[in-house]
Amino acid sequence: MSVLDRPIATPGYSEADSYPSHHFLNHSKGFLSWALTLDHKRIGLMYLVGVMASFALGGTFALMIRIHLWNFKDGWLSNQTYNQVFTLHGAIMVFLFIIPSIPAALGNFLLPVMLGTKDVAFPRLNLGSFYLWVTGLILFLTALSVTGLDTGWTFYTPYSIETQQGGAVLAATFGVFVLGFSSIFTGLNFIVTINTMRPPGMSWFRMPLFLWALYATSIIQVLATPVLGITVLLLSAERLLGIGIFDPKLNGDPVTFQHFFWFYSHPAVYIMILPAMGIISELMSVHCHKGIFGYRMIAYSSIAIALFGFLVWGHHMFTSGMADVTTIVFSALTFTVSIPSAIKVFNWLGTMYQGTVSLNTPMLYALAFIFLFTIGGLTGLPLGALSTDMHFHDTYFVVAHFHYVMMGGTLVAFLGGVFHWWPKMTGRMFNDKLGIASAIIVFVGFNLTFLPQFVLGSRGMPRRYATYLPEFQPLHQLSTIGSITLGSGLLLALIVLLMSLVNGKKAPRNPWGGATLEWMCSSPPPHDNFSSAPTVGDPYDFSTIEYDARVGGYVKRT
Amino acid sequence: MTAIQETLAPVAIDHADHHHEHPSWLAHHFDDAEQQYDSGKLGMWLFLVTEVLFFSGMFCAYALYRNRNPEVFEFCSSFLNEKLGAINTGVLLFSSLTMAWAVRAAQLRQHQLLVGMLGATLGCAAIFLGVKAVEYSHKMEIGLLPGKLYVAQLDGVHGPHKGYLEFICTIPAICTALCAAYAIYAFATKSLFHQRVAGPMLVAGLCFFGGVGLGQYLEAQEEASKGHGGHGGHQEHHAMVEGHVEHGSHEHAAASESAHTAENKTASEMAANASIAMGGSPDVYIAPNELRTPNADVNQRSMAGLFFSIYYCMTGVHAIHIIGGMIVITWLIVKAARQEFHEQYFGPVDNVGLYWHLVDFIWIYLFPLLYLIT
Ligand code: HEM
Ligand SMILES: [Cu+2]
Repeated sequence: MSVLDRPIATPGYSEADSYPSHHFLNHSKGFLSWALTLDHKRIGLMYLVGVMASFALGGTFALMIRIHLWNFKDGWLSNQTYNQVFTLHGAIMVFLFIIPSIPAALGNFLLPVMLGTKDVAFPRLNLGSFYLWVTGLILFLTALSVTGLDTGWTFYTPYSIETQQGGAVLAATFGVFVLGFSSIFTGLNFIVTINTMRPPGMSWFRMPLFLWALYATSIIQVLATPVLGITVLLLSAERLLGIGIFDPKLNGDPVTFQHFFWFYSHPAVYIMILPAMGIISELMSVHCHKGIFGYRMIAYSSIAIALFGFLVWGHHMFTSGMADVTTIVFSALTFTVSIPSAIKVFNWLGTMYQGTVSLNTPMLYALAFIFLFTIGGLTGLPLGALSTDMHFHDTYFVVAHFHYVMMGGTLVAFLGGVFHWWPKMTGRMFNDKLGIASAIIVFVGFNLTFLPQFVLGSRGMPRRYATYLPEFQPLHQLSTIGSITLGSGLLLALIVLLMSLVNGKKAPRNPWGGATLEWMCSSPPPHDNFSSAPTVGDPYDFSTIEYDARVGGYVKRT
Repeated sequence: MTAIQETLAPVAIDHADHHHEHPSWLAHHFDDAEQQYDSGKLGMWLFLVTEVLFFSGMFCAYALYRNRNPEVFEFCSSFLNEKLGAINTGVLLFSSLTMAWAVRAAQLRQHQLLVGMLGATLGCAAIFLGVKAVEYSHKMEIGLLPGKLYVAQLDGVHGPHKGYLEFICTIPAICTALCAAYAIYAFATKSLFHQRVAGPMLVAGLCFFGGVGLGQYLEAQEEASKGHGGHGGHQEHHAMVEGHVEHGSHEHAAASESAHTAENKTASEMAANASIAMGGSPDVYIAPNELRTPNADVNQRSMAGLFFSIYYCMTGVHAIHIIGGMIVITWLIVKAARQEFHEQYFGPVDNVGLYWHLVDFIWIYLFPLLYLIT
């Protein structure tokens, strides 16, 4: 064994503590000890595997779309199949991957540990959420295999009422309903945990910013998702019984469906991005070894985004038929909601300024996030302006916009977070060089895929079309090449992570030098997280955190 | 603390991996009873928020369509039997009282009273559903169905009996039979615990059929009164249906059907005239009809059908919540029969109580919005 593998005991950190032989992963054994576990860490890991698998499925559909679009006509999919493929891509990515990704997988694992508690407030409900998620997954797979869903992820009426794929619409809407409740219960659990279970010393403003972000996310989950629930329920009733509420033939109103849908789905984009922003706040300060700049502003802006996010849904419907005054109000509100996002970007840059930046894998993903999210957010502004949106609406410009924020933002932050906390979750270090390579390939591939789509969109290429005009071909081909690059980068990231399980070095308690509580317990954490209540300090005070070559990681100077 | 543990039957203290004593009713990740209670309470309030938002979608739909077609809502509301609605309102209000009383009983360790109060709440819920079953089946029989299933009220005379009520009642009947079997088992084995659980469950099952009986009696009364110059929305419906003052009888069915197919646009006018003719009190329902004669479109799928879509969705989702409430109340009865509750641990009763009040509260809105439109 090398020196690094066998740390010399430092005060307060016995060898057994650093590389524990007994931790939550081997606390109990057997399939049922996982399937019926109430341990938030195991539930988090099960979610992690689940959302990654969903991502792989959704990603396969994405590559199918891009390969189909290589030629301007006669792609390898029929028009009907093309519709099904982009619908399933969108629906799987939104409902099965991106919404649960950070809160349910990383959040579940980290929230109680960062907070210094033994578990979330309602462990059974937590497990229940997971099984609701699994049920939703099964319903989606049914929708996929029985007949293909082809309405787009938005289920707009009257498509969803008139499509031949009635069974698929029913299965998928019911799936969305169930997934919605999974999300609601996770949010509820987090709010209660943060409100009632903070240990002594953990005041609101000593909470890590990731928890603030999760808290804001949870508020949206609890307040917005029920509306989606009733909307898809009414849509199912529409399909089953023909109740007519959204059916123009029965005097119903399809625009009402859009209002209901976006009342949820706009706040839902903040369910996707807020936790990502939380991750970036952690990554920035830890890997710059410098206290976060503007803690309170970041914390408040999370809450501001959560609240303002409820007031702007109409910007998805500027062309659907609304009163002129309404569109103007929605447009103005849309501009206000970008302010808190800009505050955050400013604060992250301020954190880097004069910091000691470690350019490792998580940090590179975090930098990629800032770059991509900024482009995504800024392109939201021309979409929120009435005159330009008339032109951009339903073009590739919108597609590029939301991929920059959802994929360039949330997915990249998720990957950064997974790399950052991987040593904590699994107790293994990954190969940092290969990790960096994956981050660079993802970044290049991503821009190659989606930058051309801004150009395509502004030249008038409509979204969701299986064919296009010949003059768009070069840009489409560039995008397809980019998507394959991007796919290989993601595959590499997965390989790096999996390889670490096989031959990774054992992880120290605190490999990056973080000051939040999760770095105070062993890697992986013990079953109950903390044997005695931890001492809570400033989560961004790095002055006492020092590198100790003997343990191969950071320790707190006492 | 020790006093509490002594009085509780199933207290097993989990010493395994805790340094401090953790009574069995305190989940291992909570520090003390207060934290557990606060968490449960906050969790329930948040859940209630989601419930309100869940219903708010339907209230929005209601507001939108009522605003757009007020005459449809007036026309259709007259098909709803306010008497049944009012009775159900009363029943639910009473059940909120018993539920609140149950919380107090749990705090005071009045175990018998607690089981009784929970049982009473369960019984009220069952009566509510029984009455609802009659209302639903009655409407379905005459084609007052949601959306595209709606059958225009041209003749309104009951067609062939379709057996909706029997259909709806099968599951409650099976449940009641099972409860009865359970009760027999409980009394045969002389198990006090099982008796305490089975008793309220059986009573609730019977209450459902009590509710059905009550509902049918009142519906029949309404039916009977309509030919005798009684007033109320239902009579208007009847009058409209018949188009003249004669008693509605099944022999006329075929004739009036053909007679009115072509004339349905004037259905409501006829209703108004008919009721004047038979001396109904005009101010109750005729005046609005004269002011706002429903146009030809009202009595059709895209109009009245939409009202009934909203009616069934709102009351149906509400009924599902009642059923959900019954399931958790039954779970509470089991816990109460085990005498698990005491002044440190009554959170579940308290929280289910909150839920129950919300379900009650939503009905308080549904009743006037759907039944009491003139
Ligand atoms: C930062 C400020 C943002 C602004 C001003 C903004 C603005 C807009 C506007 C106006 C549209 C509608 C375009 C149209 O359909 O014509 C739109 C679409 C969209 N945005 Fe954003 N957005 C912002 C951030 C985000 C974020 C953070 C996400 C997700 C993480 C997101 C996800 C989406 C999605 C998914 C769509 C398209 C949905 C669809 O039609 O399928 N946006 N955005
Ligand atoms: Cu939006």
